[in-house]
Amino acid sequence: MLKHLLWPIALVALVLLPHGLSFSQQEILVFLTINVLLVSTYRLLTLTGEWSLGHVVIMGVGAYASALYTKEFGVFVPVSMLLGGITAALIAILLSFPLFRMKGFYFLIGSFAAGEIIRLLWKRFRDPFGGAKGIKGIDPMPDFSIGIYDFDFFEPISYYYFAGTIVIFCLWILWRIEKSPVGLTFHAVHWQDKLAEASGVNLRAYRTLAFAIASGFAGIGGALMAHYVGTINPNSFDVEVMVFVLTWAIVGGTGTFYGPILGCVLLTVLNEIVLREMGFEQLRPLIYGAILIASILFLPNGLESIVQRFTRKEAKS
Amino acid sequence: MIELLAQTCLNAVYAASYISLVAVGLVLIFGVMGVINFAHGELFMAGAYAVVTFYADLHLPFLVAVALGLAFVGCLGLVMERALFRPLRDNPLGGLVASIGFLMILQALAVMGYGVRMEHIPPVTQEVIVFSDKVRLPLSRLFVIIAAIVLLGALWYFLKRTKFGWALRASAQDPEAAELQGISINQTARIAMFIGAGLAGIAGALTAPLVSVNPHMGHSVIVTAFIVIIVGGVGSLEGAVVASVVYAVVHTFVTTFYDGVIADIVGLSLMLLVLIVKPTGLFGSADRA
Repeated sequence: MLKHLLWPIALVALVLLPHGLSFSQQEILVFLTINVLLVSTYRLLTLTGEWSLGHVVIMGVGAYASALYTKEFGVFVPVSMLLGGITAALIAILLSFPLFRMKGFYFLIGSFAAGEIIRLLWKRFRDPFGGAKGIKGIDPMPDFSIGIYDFDFFEPISYYYFAGTIVIFCLWILWRIEKSPVGLTFHAVHWQDKLAEASGVNLRAYRTLAFAIASGFAGIGGALMAHYVGTINPNSFDVEVMVFVLTWAIVGGTGTFYGPILGCVLLTVLNEIVLREMGFEQLRPLIYGAILIASILFLPNGLESIVQRFTRKEAKS
Repeated sequence: MIELLAQTCLNAVYAASYISLVAVGLVLIFGVMGVINFAHGELFMAGAYAVVTFYADLHLPFLVAVALGLAFVGCLGLVMERALFRPLRDNPLGGLVASIGFLMILQALAVMGYGVRMEHIPPVTQEVIVFSDKVRLPLSRLFVIIAAIVLLGALWYFLKRTKFGWALRASAQDPEAAELQGISINQTARIAMFIGAGLAGIAGALTAPLVSVNPHMGHSVIVTAFIVIIVGGVGSLEGAVVASVVYAVVHTFVTTFYDGVIADIVGLSLMLLVLIVKPTGLFGSADRA
């Protein structure tokens, strides 16, 4: 009984949530929604055992692509977001040829290098990427109405509903992928690569598939951000942002679907509510760094291990 | 044209000298501890800020400030070894992640202590060696080059000729066998960490008056160091030195004839190319990776 009610209640809570918040908190909520998608795609990537340091840049590829499609070709905004995601996936497939010749530490450094190259290309070529200043005046999402609710995208609430719907849909797809035979094969590629290969699994193809799917959805996340903020530049996707994503994933734990989301939400709440309201803005990187170190030292399996301890006990008693 | 070439070569030698100090430190740490220290660029930055504090603010002699910088950053290395890398010895990715955390802490401390703005450091000497009209070498740069050669020579002597050096190399090659011979792994890790961090610190300290010192200067340093150690082969000290020279020459020439961003792209592409064609690098051996 409780189980059936859980999802509708959560949904209602998510719908009601922004009404109790201030304008700036609503804006943060929009970013949080997008970051949840980003960190979930990152987890899909880590399923095959590879830790990328270029994921945020891939998200940027989606943002740049979607912004440019609307700007240069006048593509309708939601369509351009989808195209941005597809572009990010295609770039990822292209990158997979050099990158998946590497494993482990080399992949980490290689993905870092590939990301930096893309970022430098944005910086160097003012046409069409806008150079170091990036792209400004990106078309916002056009307003529309669905009868019961008028979407006015000047309001963060409207964008929250819009982005939230897309993100939940994307998360559902990611969830379905993970539970499908394909997703199980991803696990096998990570934990039993020799056995999987001996059973006829094409390791390289599955790694590439995971990379492309994760990148595609990250690209959609980037596009959602670009059309909300209205301006993007190479520094919006630099290593510092990547470190935040890494922190969310590690603090939350990557063993479960909800782990990274938990890390992302908790750290964002801590960051925005506690640090910003209390005036510790400058300390932010310091505290993030300390949290990162503390969690790798004392909680190597992330916050999800705490949750699991509780849920397991409940199941027993 | 000849003069331009000569000047570019001089610039490349200067760049190679401090890059190799940073990269050799990074390789030493990786060799003995098995972790890639992402905070290495910030150790460089810490060395530069030591010079800001002791030389520019407290007016100590430059060499004293550099020595203090070396000691300070070396001690930072000891802290990292004890607090981060030793507990995470069985978790190579963990050490790397922890060093990212340490990087953020150092950066935030620099921002809090000194602000984000560029620091002004009075030049140590204004003198310039003039070879010809267009070929000149500032004395301060020559000083960095000489210091790098002396330090790397001393390190070479230490590693190849002293008992500590042997112990260090032994535990880099095979920690278990080294421990069976009575070599303390913690001891060698401490020494490697102090030297590795200290080299980054002294490179930062020496070049502080010549570059723009700011809390985010470590980023380009670590990117360069990564390129160098990958091209040279992870774990190979000689490879790191040779790759520093190769990278410095390529980067300086591309910067002179095109521009800096293109040079960065070329450098990163060089690294990707090496990763694809020969992941062990030009000098690396296949086993340690």
